[in-house]
Amino acid sequence: MDTPNKLSRKDFTSDQEVRWCPGCGDYAILAAMQRTLPDLGVSREKTVFVSGIGCSSRFPYYMNTYGFHTIHGRAPAFATGVKLANPELDVWVVTGDGDGLSIGGNHFLHVLRRNVDLQLLMFNNRIYGLTKGQYSPTSLVGQKTPSTPFGSIDMPVNPCLVALGANARFVARGIDTSTSTLGELFKVAHAHKGTSFIEILQNCPVFNDGEWDNVAAREVASEHQLWVEHGKPLLFGKDKTKGLRLAPGGSHVDVVTIGENGVSLADVAVHDQTNRTLAFLLANLFLPEFPMAFGVLYCNPVASYDSAVAQQNAAAVEKLGTGDIDKLLRSGHTWNAG
Amino acid sequence: MDTPVRPKDADGREILDSVVIRFAGDSGDGMQLAGAQFTQTTAVAGNDLATFPDFPAEIRAPAGTTFGVSGFQIHFASHDVLTPGDDPDVLVAMNPAALKVNLKDVPAGGLVILNTGAFTAGNLKKAGYTKNPLEDGTLDAYRKLEIDVSKLTLAAVEPHGLGTKEGLRAKNLWTLGLLYWLFARDRGPTVEWLRRKFAKRPDLAEANIAALNAGHVYGETAELPTGISSYKIPKADLPPGHYRNITGNEALAWGLTAAGKLSGLPVFYGSYPITPASSVLHSLAGLKHYGVTTFQAEDEIAAICSAIGAAYAGIIGATATSGPGMALKGEALGLAIMTELPLVIFDIQRAGPSTGMPTKTEQSDLFQAVWGRNADAPLVVLAPATPGECFQMAIDAVRIALKYMTPVIVLSDGFIANGAEPWRIPEFASLPPIDVKFRVDPEGFHPYLRDPVSLARNWAKPGTPGLEHRIGGIEKSFDTGHISYDSENHHKMTKTRAAKIQNVANDLPEQKVELGNDSGELAIVGWGSTYGSINQAVRRCRKDGLDVSHIHIRHMWPLPRGLEKLLKNFRRVIVPELNNGQLARILRAEYLVPAEPLDKIEGMPFRVAEIHKAIVDTLAAKT
Repeated sequence: MDTPNKLSRKDFTSDQEVRWCPGCGDYAILAAMQRTLPDLGVSREKTVFVSGIGCSSRFPYYMNTYGFHTIHGRAPAFATGVKLANPELDVWVVTGDGDGLSIGGNHFLHVLRRNVDLQLLMFNNRIYGLTKGQYSPTSLVGQKTPSTPFGSIDMPVNPCLVALGANARFVARGIDTSTSTLGELFKVAHAHKGTSFIEILQNCPVFNDGEWDNVAAREVASEHQLWVEHGKPLLFGKDKTKGLRLAPGGSHVDVVTIGENGVSLADVAVHDQTNRTLAFLLANLFLPEFPMAFGVLYCNPVASYDSAVAQQNAAAVEKLGTGDIDKLLRSGHTWNAG
Repeated sequence: MDTPVRPKDADGREILDSVVIRFAGDSGDGMQLAGAQFTQTTAVAGNDLATFPDFPAEIRAPAGTTFGVSGFQIHFASHDVLTPGDDPDVLVAMNPAALKVNLKDVPAGGLVILNTGAFTAGNLKKAGYTKNPLEDGTLDAYRKLEIDVSKLTLAAVEPHGLGTKEGLRAKNLWTLGLLYWLFARDRGPTVEWLRRKFAKRPDLAEANIAALNAGHVYGETAELPTGISSYKIPKADLPPGHYRNITGNEALAWGLTAAGKLSGLPVFYGSYPITPASSVLHSLAGLKHYGVTTFQAEDEIAAICSAIGAAYAGIIGATATSGPGMALKGEALGLAIMTELPLVIFDIQRAGPSTGMPTKTEQSDLFQAVWGRNADAPLVVLAPATPGECFQMAIDAVRIALKYMTPVIVLSDGFIANGAEPWRIPEFASLPPIDVKFRVDPEGFHPYLRDPVSLARNWAKPGTPGLEHRIGGIEKSFDTGHISYDSENHHKMTKTRAAKIQNVANDLPEQKVELGNDSGELAIVGWGSTYGSINQAVRRCRKDGLDVSHIHIRHMWPLPRGLEKLLKNFRRVIVPELNNGQLARILRAEYLVPAEPLDKIEGMPFRVAEIHKAIVDTLAAKT
């Protein structure tokens, strides 16, 4: 560790005035991050936050670390260059549903399939905030916004499903109303070597207020949130009496109540975070039929892209020796004149 | 080959100063390979040379069609060679379509070598011939060698057990063997190359060598038609040194690699495949042991963004592309300008707009390079004149980018990228090192602190304790480096960014005349790959006593010091360009000089004769 003294939240807080709207869910996420980083034992100088454009992308300005606020949608590409240039750096990418799934959809796909070792946080508020309230790729059909006065007719995407489809090795979901679990998610995401994707449901109080109320509100949270844990049964509800039962063959799940219709705890599926099929099922659960799944839906590490690049570069040196420019310029046919 | 009575050497070979050969055939006939081999062999024989590969965009256009014809022209001589030559003295036509496309360029009396085996009724029809040109007098004005190369090749490879299809592929080597004999070239390097290339298929190697030898033997033994002799081109008087052939793209790749070593920094090259830039990526991808990391990005935008990310992290970030890719990179270039990060971009120009003609050369990205971004977004633009210059230009680009914390665009083009010339190999130890300064002192630090002379901001890389900072596309305060929406500050920062780029000119040489006097009647002002044609034309005119000078600009932005004064020393200024008058407009805008465009937008380089005529006409009109 470079820093002998443990850092505090204050050490990770920059001197910049935070300029999100009052009540924005981003405040909670920022606080969770500033509180969690000291626990990770990382140093400020080796931490880099990279973002694109949008409300969420202002995040780096408020972190007292290195930060690069780049252009719309391209943060994963910048972050890939940063990580390949210096694999010692701890890279976090902050994006939103518009930045990451619309203009940056391509880079989102490719950073995930390559599995660059970084954490990719997507704040999903189902709306464009900074451009003042247009619908986003995660907005539901029928959403009325300045650009869809008669209601959106676009089919939305599900960020976790896109990530799984892109072969992401770490997919998690959190919510801005639960900062303690966000901190935990940041920790496991950080520990995972490869691209760690976290979708964070986040409220935009100005343009899409209450979008997640029916998941987030205190009175419904226990019924509508299913927090998954590796090796533990998939239970939810106030008394944890409800659970998910996996159909034979694993094609779908249904909700069961322990003690009803002869259902016992043994009938409830156990979460296996290395099971990609299960992860697809969990990521695709929506109200009102199902609770929404939170926590680490999928974690199945393989070698990260940057480590493979470093390995290939090292192997080339091993095999061919350190490159000598004079030899390079004289390779192939050469001749003397004069 | 333009004088009827020529001296002969002891072997009875006619001695020539210079020859232009064009190989032409189907894109599957291996003409690029034959050309490349002839080039290597000719270089080893000690001639100066220049080449021009000209091929269709399609990988395998339908066989026998005119649009599937692939050509490779080489100009070699016992004196220095600046261009691949205007008109071929020798045309090798492997099929009717190749003849149809190329014959118009061969002057009367030129030598045409034909593969009669390919002049079938079907191929004639595909080429659009209603009558057989071998029989209808089309070729009466030329000297010709009509040979059934197909049949002779099959006979030569037959002992090696190749089938007809595989055997016919060796036609190009048979033809090469004949040309090697005609021009007294050594077969050795090609034989060695074939053995290396087909190390895993010795039967193919030996079959190809047999074809090469058979072509050569044919030359030795066959009775050549009257007027056709064998030739010798004495060695050129090149400056002493160690030489190799080099293409522009190879030179850019190697220059960038050398710049990494000279600066002591690793090189990150993020790129997306695009014609004609891809071969830079191919070259660099094999140089990992030189401290080069290559990254084939998902698109042009990710390519430049990853390179900017690498630069932000403190190493050399570079990318390459062509016109359409440059357009996509525009926004990211703006960010690199705003965040003042070092970055090198090779733009290998091609005919456009849009997809245009991807394999054809053009110089039409000058405006895009200098001005092609939103808002006032200045950067540095360099333009090498020859393939060999690309090596030093890549090093210069890195040096400027690091010193001034700015993106630097190197404008090459398809002609320079693929063309080859003998290049005197520099000693690495003779290249001056590149100075790199990272900020490490936290005292008084902010990211936009500037060097008072160059105006470059300080480079603080992540990982440095105490220098944690945030940068991005939003305008920053000149005084604190924080986000600033202050109107006066924006004005000041815009002016500062422009002044910083103008300062680069202080490090660059003053503009000199390439050839001729530094004042007079007429200046021909060029940039980039038009160098050879302009220089040759001006040289010829000056020999005839015409008052004309050649000025060649290599630093397109900022323009070199002394250029304005120099231009104003001439009564007339003509700017030949492979575009619709872009440099001419820049010179007019910057200096209020009456620069006149001489444009050619045909996807082909200028012929010397075209510029020669423009000079003669201009000077004649005056009197």
